[in-house]
Amino acid sequence: MGNPRLLTGVHLMQGQQACAEGALAAGCDLFAGYPITPATEIAEAMARRLPQAGGIYLQGADELDSLTIVIGSVWGGLKAMTATAGNGICLMQENIGYAAMTETPCVIVDMMRAGPGTGIATKSAQGDVYQVRYGSNGDYSIIALAPESPQEMFDLTVEAFNLAEEYRVPTFILGDEILSNLREKVVIPSEVKVTPRRKPTVPPGEGYKTWAVPPGEWTPPMPSFGDGYRLAVSSFARTADGSPSQAYEVQRDIVNRLWNKVEANAEKLTRVEDGYLEDAELLVIGFGSVARSVKAAARQARAEGLKVGFSRLIGIWPFPDSYVARVGKRVKKVIVAEMNMGKVCREVQRCLGRDAEVILSSKPGVAMHTPMEILDEIRKVI
Amino acid sequence: MAEAPVIATEDAEVLEHPAIRYFRFGAPGSPHIWCEGCGIGQVFYYTVIAIDELGLDPNKIVWVGGSGCTGRMCTYWKYDYMHTLHGRPLGFATGIKLANPELTVICHMGDGETSAIGGNHLIQTARRNADVVAICVNNYTYGMTGGQYSPTTPIGSLSATSRYGLVEDGFDLCQLVAAAGATYVARSTTAQPRPSINYIKKAIGKKGFSFVEIVSQCPTFYGRSNKLGDNSIAMLEWMKNTFVRKEQFEKMSPEERQGKRPWGEFVDTERPEVVASLHRLARTQREAYRG
Repeated sequence: MGNPRLLTGVHLMQGQQACAEGALAAGCDLFAGYPITPATEIAEAMARRLPQAGGIYLQGADELDSLTIVIGSVWGGLKAMTATAGNGICLMQENIGYAAMTETPCVIVDMMRAGPGTGIATKSAQGDVYQVRYGSNGDYSIIALAPESPQEMFDLTVEAFNLAEEYRVPTFILGDEILSNLREKVVIPSEVKVTPRRKPTVPPGEGYKTWAVPPGEWTPPMPSFGDGYRLAVSSFARTADGSPSQAYEVQRDIVNRLWNKVEANAEKLTRVEDGYLEDAELLVIGFGSVARSVKAAARQARAEGLKVGFSRLIGIWPFPDSYVARVGKRVKKVIVAEMNMGKVCREVQRCLGRDAEVILSSKPGVAMHTPMEILDEIRKVI
Repeated sequence: MAEAPVIATEDAEVLEHPAIRYFRFGAPGSPHIWCEGCGIGQVFYYTVIAIDELGLDPNKIVWVGGSGCTGRMCTYWKYDYMHTLHGRPLGFATGIKLANPELTVICHMGDGETSAIGGNHLIQTARRNADVVAICVNNYTYGMTGGQYSPTTPIGSLSATSRYGLVEDGFDLCQLVAAAGATYVARSTTAQPRPSINYIKKAIGKKGFSFVEIVSQCPTFYGRSNKLGDNSIAMLEWMKNTFVRKEQFEKMSPEERQGKRPWGEFVDTERPEVVASLHRLARTQREAYRG
């Protein structure tokens, strides 16, 4: 058999399986997770596939346990991932903050299901947009990518691993139940670009500063435990050598850097797919599974001669502010279709201010927008 | 940055404290945050002496801790440390060990961290039998937050949150961890330095989950609140009078056992260890895949 990490070829694959294959392709060495619908099959796939690639699957005792194992293993030198649903993210929040503060590259998959609370385990929603971004205490930033298909469950999982390394930040896949169970064609290429961990250029020894940021960089290099660098890892506000500090300047510099290493690179991290924008008078924005209906509705509207464009947000966090402002200003009206009470819509409103009228097309989960429903909205608004 | 203290003897010969070369200086309030008379520094000393006597490469030893007075201990280890979240050091430690089985991973945790917020991590790590060392400094107190009762505090104890006497009884952590499957379990006190060092040495050498409970004095809170002494000497006397050797304890009648607690080694056994098992599994499955 060939490379166990890269099943090059054309497959009919379920979204969760594609996510697991993306993780393997990206170099994931360890998966720790807790069974939860609709993300269990990612764990099952990893439990079966990771050992074939020489990797480790360990079932967490819960979501907290899972993410602590992931973070610990990353500092031990591995690439690691966990996968859960929104209520699992609730349990992980403390560890997410820890990963953000310790700048631990890791991938957290959130296959969103209807909430709040237990909600409906087997039904889709997009309600976790804010909880992956703002769920832990204090101020930090993360990256979140929203796939629309099993193909993107593969592609974006690879990208999530790479961005996590590049920015030293927990990176989320913000999927939903529909993508968990959707089976479609997935093309796995013969080669995948993998970003390695950035190691220090200085030799190990006394005097190495765990948190010293080289000039021109956003993050410090990241040695592993056992490399001899005498790492001082903690989520304290701390000086460059790791000593806890209560100084305003220390807090200011850390929080600003944790925030800006992602937010100041929002332009670079913007991932969108759009169409029919040139002469559009109305723009429809969506993400994830709902974006499939958004695109279908825009196509149909064009067939009817309506001047409608669409925009699918792939990178949800950092929010693509400049992009949305740019495309939103060209139209008079914007519809945001999402399976929640208007979270991305609120971000779009923030970006556009009075430049365009922003209309929410909301479904709180279980039933996804059909293309016809969005088309009806378009006809009403235009 | 603080200078390493030196001890001048009468004939002006300058000796370095044996733990100094493992101590990380530079933290605010250096050399450490602990109160006068606290036993946590003794456990730091026992651990580094155990490491020293075993002749281990300190660059291959990671100390892990969480929140609280004991949780802070890892930050004074001069080599790799990971100061994690309250109650969760064992999860992080398992991850580190899985990533690099060559590392020795030692967690120092207080009683609250070990058995309240971290209780599930404790029993799960014991059940998995992950090759990490857990040293619980049990002073029956949440010290950093000002002396509240913990899950090890004995019934009737006075604390900041049991002003009228505690109505719950505490865990026997050694029994708990033994039942959960740890392969090495021992208890000592800060009144027994040599056994404490020996237990830590055995715990580090054991291939599997090792748990050493070291009962320690908190004269600031637990000792003072319960009239066991507001200084370390009085509390060490209390420990000497309270803790009896396990072998002796087992021979005592129920009446004689009143107010007494056993110390010694409770478990020293072998079970499959999860980190080695998972790496073996990865090797065989990878080879099977390659055909």
